[in-house]
This record gives sequence, C-alpha cells and structure tokens, in this order.
Amino acid sequence: MNAKTVYEPTKGLVERDFHYCPGCTHGIIHKLVAEVLVEKGLLEKAVAVASVGCSVFSYEYFNCDAHQAPHGRAPAVATGIKRVRPDSAVFTYQGDGDLASIGTAEIVHAAHRGENITVIFVNNAIYGMTGGQMAPTTLLGQKTSTSPFGRDKTLTGEPLRISEMLATIPGAAYLERVSVHDPKHIRKAKKAIEKAFDVQMNKQGFSMIEFISTCPVNWGMNPMDSIAWAKENMIPYYPLKVFKDKTDGDNDE
Amino acid sequence: MNEEKVIIAGFGGQGVMLMGQILSHAATVADLNTTWIPSYGPETRGGTANCAVTIGEERINSPVVSVPDSLIIMNQPSLDKFQKKLKKGGILIANKSQISDAVYRDDIEVYEVDANKQALEIGNLRVANMVMLGAYIAVTGVFSKDDMFAVFEKIFTGRKSELIDLNKKALEAGIRAVGK
Amino acid sequence: MAKVLMKGNEAMALAAIEGGCDAFFGYPITPQNEIPEYLSRHMEERGRVFVQAESEVAAINMVYGAAGAGARVLTSSSSPGIALKQEGISYIAGSELPCVIINVMRGGPGLGGIQPSQADYRQITKGGGNGDYHLLAFAPENLQETVNIIKESFALADYYRNPVMIAVDGLLGQMMEPVDLEAAPKTEVPPEKAWAADGNSDRKGGRNVITSIHLDPLELEKHNRKLQKKYDEMVAKEQRYEMIETADADIVFVAYGSMARIARSAVKTLREEGIKVGMIRPITIWPFPEKAFDELPASVKSLLTLEMSLGQMHEDVRAANNGRFELDFYGRTGGVVPEPEEIIDHVKRMLEKEGSS
Ligand SMILES: Cc1ncc(C[n+]2csc(CCOP(=O)(O)OP(=O)(O)O)c2C)c(N)n1
Ligand code: SF4
Ligand SMILES: [Mg+2]
Repeated sequence: MNAKTVYEPTKGLVERDFHYCPGCTHGIIHKLVAEVLVEKGLLEKAVAVASVGCSVFSYEYFNCDAHQAPHGRAPAVATGIKRVRPDSAVFTYQGDGDLASIGTAEIVHAAHRGENITVIFVNNAIYGMTGGQMAPTTLLGQKTSTSPFGRDKTLTGEPLRISEMLATIPGAAYLERVSVHDPKHIRKAKKAIEKAFDVQMNKQGFSMIEFISTCPVNWGMNPMDSIAWAKENMIPYYPLKVFKDKTDGDNDE
Repeated sequence: MNEEKVIIAGFGGQGVMLMGQILSHAATVADLNTTWIPSYGPETRGGTANCAVTIGEERINSPVVSVPDSLIIMNQPSLDKFQKKLKKGGILIANKSQISDAVYRDDIEVYEVDANKQALEIGNLRVANMVMLGAYIAVTGVFSKDDMFAVFEKIFTGRKSELIDLNKKALEAGIRAVGK
Repeated sequence: MAKVLMKGNEAMALAAIEGGCDAFFGYPITPQNEIPEYLSRHMEERGRVFVQAESEVAAINMVYGAAGAGARVLTSSSSPGIALKQEGISYIAGSELPCVIINVMRGGPGLGGIQPSQADYRQITKGGGNGDYHLLAFAPENLQETVNIIKESFALADYYRNPVMIAVDGLLGQMMEPVDLEAAPKTEVPPEKAWAADGNSDRKGGRNVITSIHLDPLELEKHNRKLQKKYDEMVAKEQRYEMIETADADIVFVAYGSMARIARSAVKTLREEGIKVGMIRPITIWPFPEKAFDELPASVKSLLTLEMSLGQMHEDVRAANNGRFELDFYGRTGGVVPEPEEIIDHVKRMLEKEGSS
C-alpha cells in the first residue's frame, strides 16, 4: 500500500478519549500543547500542572510527568517544581475561574518573580466544571447560573482582562491572547505556544498564552453556535494580540 | 557553681540583649549550660527591653526566670518593674546615671555604677552596658575578665573587631567601679 | 564540633540545612522570621533554593510542587500562617509527599498575639485540613532536642511519604541555648524517589503523576485505608515520650515543649519539699504517646495536664487515661508563659482539696 499519513494522534497525548463535552475547545488546546511538546523535544522533561476546573484531569491526557494542584495554586506548585528542577519544562493548564478568580495572587506573583514557567490560560468566560457560574471573565449581559439576569456591572464589575493586567508586570516575558475558532487561528495559537516554551527554555521569564475558549454546555449552545459566539462576543472584548514580548527589543522595558 | 539566674533590663537601644548574649556565650565557651530569653515584639520597641539568662552546671529547666539571683538594671522603669522579683539576699547592679528615684529594698545587695559617665569618659556612651557587665562579673564572680575578653574576640569579628578594645576598657572600668 | 550558642530559630534553620533540605518556601510571620532570614543567607550559597512566597497559601503549594518533584523541602510559619497552609498540607498528605513544616506557635485565635503559646495543638493533631490524614508531629522542649528532630525529620518524612510537623512555641524560637549540631543523628542520603514527577517521563516505569483526587468513592476509600496503614505504623513505632520521676509519684504532670521545661522546675522544687510529683513529657503529640500512660504505676493518685493553652491536649490525656486516675488541668493562654511557682501553687491546692475531702 502506498498511503500517506495525513493525520496521526500526537504521542504527546495519552491514547484515550477526552472527558470534555462535545464541541468544547479544551480538547483542541490540549492537542496543540501536546504537539508543541513533542515537536520541541520537551515531552520527556515536561511537568504538567493541572488545575481545578474541567481540566482537572488534564494530567490523564498529557503524556508526561504531571502534578495536580489545588484550586488557583497551579503557578505556586509550578514554581516549586521549576525551582528544584530548573531544567524541566513546567507548564500550568488553568481555567479562568482558577486563574482569574481564586488564583489571582499566585498568577500575579509568578509573573512578578519572572518564574520560568509557561501558563496555558483557558478563558471560557464561565465556571465550567461547577455548572456554569459567573466568572470574573464573564461578559456584561452574559447569563450564567449566578448571573441569571445577565452580568450587571453595577453589581459585579466589568470583565477582568488578565493578559492586559499581567503585561504591566516586569517579570512577564511573553504574553499573547489567541483563539481556536478556525484553522487559521489554531495555527497561530500553536505558534504562540511554541514561542512561550522557547521563552521558558531560554530562561527569559514568565510566559502565558491566553486562549479564548468555549463552553457550549454551560453557555446553552450547540458547538457551532458557541464557536460563533466566542468569535463575535469574546474577541471584541478580549482582543487577540501579543501583549508582551521581551525577546523583541522594541517591547522590552 | 550554683545555678545563676540574672535578669538584665533597660531601654531598647542600651544593648541589654547583647549583655545577656555575652554571658551566655561565655557560659557556652566554659561548657556550662545556659539559656537566654528575650522579651520580644512590641515590648522591645522604644520601651523597655529585658532578657533573662540562666547559667549552670546541671540541665536548665525553665528558661523563664521568675525569681532572679541577680539583676542588672539600666534605667528607672526597669528598677520599678524588676526589683520586687529579686530573691532575698540577691545582687542588684544599678546604673545610677539613669536612676533618679533610687529606693532599694533593704534585704538585697545593691551596687550603684555611674555607667553612662564611665562610658563617656572612655569615649562612647554605647559601652555603658559593658561597664555594667564588668561590675556584674566582678561582684558575682560568675566569669573572669579573661573569660569575657575571650568572648569579645569571638563575637566582634570583621569590621566589628575595632570595637574590641573599647569594650575591654569599658568592662575594666566596671570592674574597678565596684572596687574589685 | 563543640557546642555553639544559637538562637532557636537560627538553630532550626541550620539543622534543616544539615538535614539535607534542598528548598525552602515561606512567608514572613513573627515569631519565626529568623528562620527564613537565616535561610535566605545560607541556602543560596549552597546552591539550594530559597523563595519568599507571596502568601502562606502560595508557600505551601510551592512545597507541594517541589516535594512532588522529589526534593527535600521545608516551610516554616506560625499559627495563623499554618492555618492558611492547611489546604496545601491536606493535599500533600493526600498525595503522599514528604515535607517538613516548622510551626513556631503564638497565641490565637485570629490574629491573636505574638507571644509563646501551644494553642495550635488541635490544629496540628486533629487534622486542620480536610480528610482522613495525620501529620507526624513533634514537640521538642529544648534546642538540642529540636535540632536533632529536625535533622531526623527529613528522613522520617521520606520514609512515610507524609508531612512532618515540628511544633515549638515562640519561646523556643526566640531563646538562645548551646547546641551541638554534630550530636544530632547523621543525615541519611535521601532514598530514591521513583515516584517523583520531576520531568523525566522517559524513565523505566513511565510517567509519574502526583495527585490527591479519587472521584470513585471505593477507590478513595482504598487510598485512605492505605494512608491509614501508615498512620497505624506511626502509632505503633513513633510514639515518643519521656517519663520523669513517675515510679513513685502521687501526682503526674503531662506537659510538652516549653511547658514541660517549666514543669520540670516545679517537679524539682516540689520533690525537694517531699511532695512526690513526676511527669509524662510527650515528645510526639501525634501520635499521642498513649503507651506512656500504660507505664504509670497503680499508686498514682492523679494526673495534672499543663498547657500554654486551655485544655487542648487535655482531651487526649482524658482518652489515654481512660478513667484510670483523677484528672486535673492547669493552663495559661494568650501568650502568657507560666512560672513554675504557679504550678507549685496549683499542686498545693490540689493536695489541700484532697486532704479536706
Ligand atoms: C477551594 C475550592 N473552591 C471551590 C472549588 C470548586 N470548583 C471546582 S472547579 C471550579 C471552577 C472552575 O472554573 P474554571 O477555572 O473557569 O475552569 P473551567 O471548568 O471553566 O474550565 C470551582 C469553583 C474547589 N475545587 N476548590
Ligand atoms: S463544561 Fe464547558 S468547559 Fe467543561 S468540558 Fe463541558 S463544555 Fe468544556
Ligand atoms: Mg472557565
């Protein structure tokens, strides 16, 4: 036979089915991270730090050493690992409830210390795992189980833009927000992950890639609509761009 | 030797803690048992500071000194606070320069030393503590002058070694002040 | 090496270095600050890790990560900081990782005060964090014992793959006493940690995962029973205590840490007056040394628990006593350090009451 392999599961992921809901973009993001680890030859020296959220079991998928962290504390756990094993490739995988709510102190100070870790931040504007409660990242007017009339800024403030906030921190070396709503953006997102790991392995400081992600189940939409909703509603508020690149002379402060 | 329990008290900044530590260092060098406990926290800010030192051949139980054998008192408030705790027949070394209202119990042995004045004569008010320490070792005989000198050599190292001579002089002045 | 005069906190820090501590993570709090201060100077020069975290919560999670990566890790704090660390401690125990935690106790509840206290007894021995777990917890009474135990504790933590807590009060942390670091047990080379998630997944056994999550109740039960086996082993093997003049004692004190030291003075004075007192001194507070109570002769009349807290250990004394002897309690709290005379007075009141009844 003379067939050409056009698709092959990455060995960066354990061969098993994801537990994520159909159409949830957590799966795509996992795959991108795993591919980058393999292509960069980092898989064997990688330690994944799983957070608390729908991705709590991400350590079941990433085919490398892994450490599950308490809710919000993944950057601290990652700090501990990286400090005692400086040659390893350490990354956290965190949702927006985990990173932007309960874990704000840990993320800010990991960036502040310029920890050589990579953060994969999955922003789906909601607490997925616990059943769709409002997150700090929930959009204004967005209905969730704890903002049943739509998020009201007079009561709950306006959505928190984490990448923009971290960009003010000197220790943050690379910050980019990406999306996975179409193939073009997926390719771009993968490049961003590559860059982030390069920054880490070159010991240039803290790197984070924020993903605009979906939660079809808790948004109450089918997968196609949720992709469209993310594109039309989230990206205008959470623009896709590089917020910080200390490897690029211009942006170095 | 019998167990010796001494409380050293004065203003923060008078070097009270160091006096106690020097005694404990000397005890350590002599292979005796010793404990040093400070008053710490807000107590030491601006107000009075004190430490308690115990020295003995046998194991030291409570490091907390409730009934001291001796007192080294650097100022009036400390005299007011600690004199009543001193054991009957105990030794009190008082820094006369900082005590305006000297009323002493009549069942204790009191030695007054004009430590500030002595220190100024040597050239530095800050060694008033060593003057008092000199008086204390002379009266109690807990350590000899040479024991203390050895400790100075040990703890004043690096840039601080310049202070050794000054401290030695202060110690000797204290010994002389109590007529020993 | 000859004895050197050291401040408690610094001696503990040095003992940790000698015990093979690879990394320290902590957050400032009185009265333990000399521990991180000392380590900030002396870890780096030895090529080891020192990080001042942004909070106790972060510090204990850094410990979690570093322990999971196979390092010998230390954190230190004082009562309210330990309260914040409880979540992480529970995760560390649940994930079966070794670490050493020094708790220089101060008065509580809440912000409380900064003076010496033993009011963390329950927080240390009855969990603190969630779940079926225990800490191996030592409560030494002087600096030599403290440094010996700290040096040994890294090996114990490795052996049990469980956190070890060293509980001292602010008095021990702040006092100075001569210590001989060489008199402490020789530090063992850490065992091979084949389970560590340290970024070497091409190892023979495949990739390693550190986690405390077990969503299937039966699986979690199995895991908890496995933990329990270790705790049973600790109860059987690690109960440490000292019996002091108990053979002919009428009244037996039960006291640990600084309180035991103060009580020793009372024992001495009372004995000189012909009053027969003795003492059980727990050195481990978990496991609680129940075996010590079995060693007491039937001639004992009563037990007197002494604490710098209001009867926290007394609950365990009551359980260990199991109705055998009369019980009494004397304690001071809030950072007040009792004087031996108070204990002596209390004993005399006990004897008067006995005499009059
Ligand atoms: C201390 C603590 N508080 C609350 C929870 C419950 N909890 C689990 S996941 C979660 C929210 C996760 O949301 P997010 O980080 O956005 O992840 P997603 O599920 O959306 O991917 C919460 C609050 C917990 N596990 N621990
Ligand atoms: S609940 Fe939402 S975030 Fe979680 S797996 Fe389902 S779709 Fe994804
Ligand atoms: Mg979310």
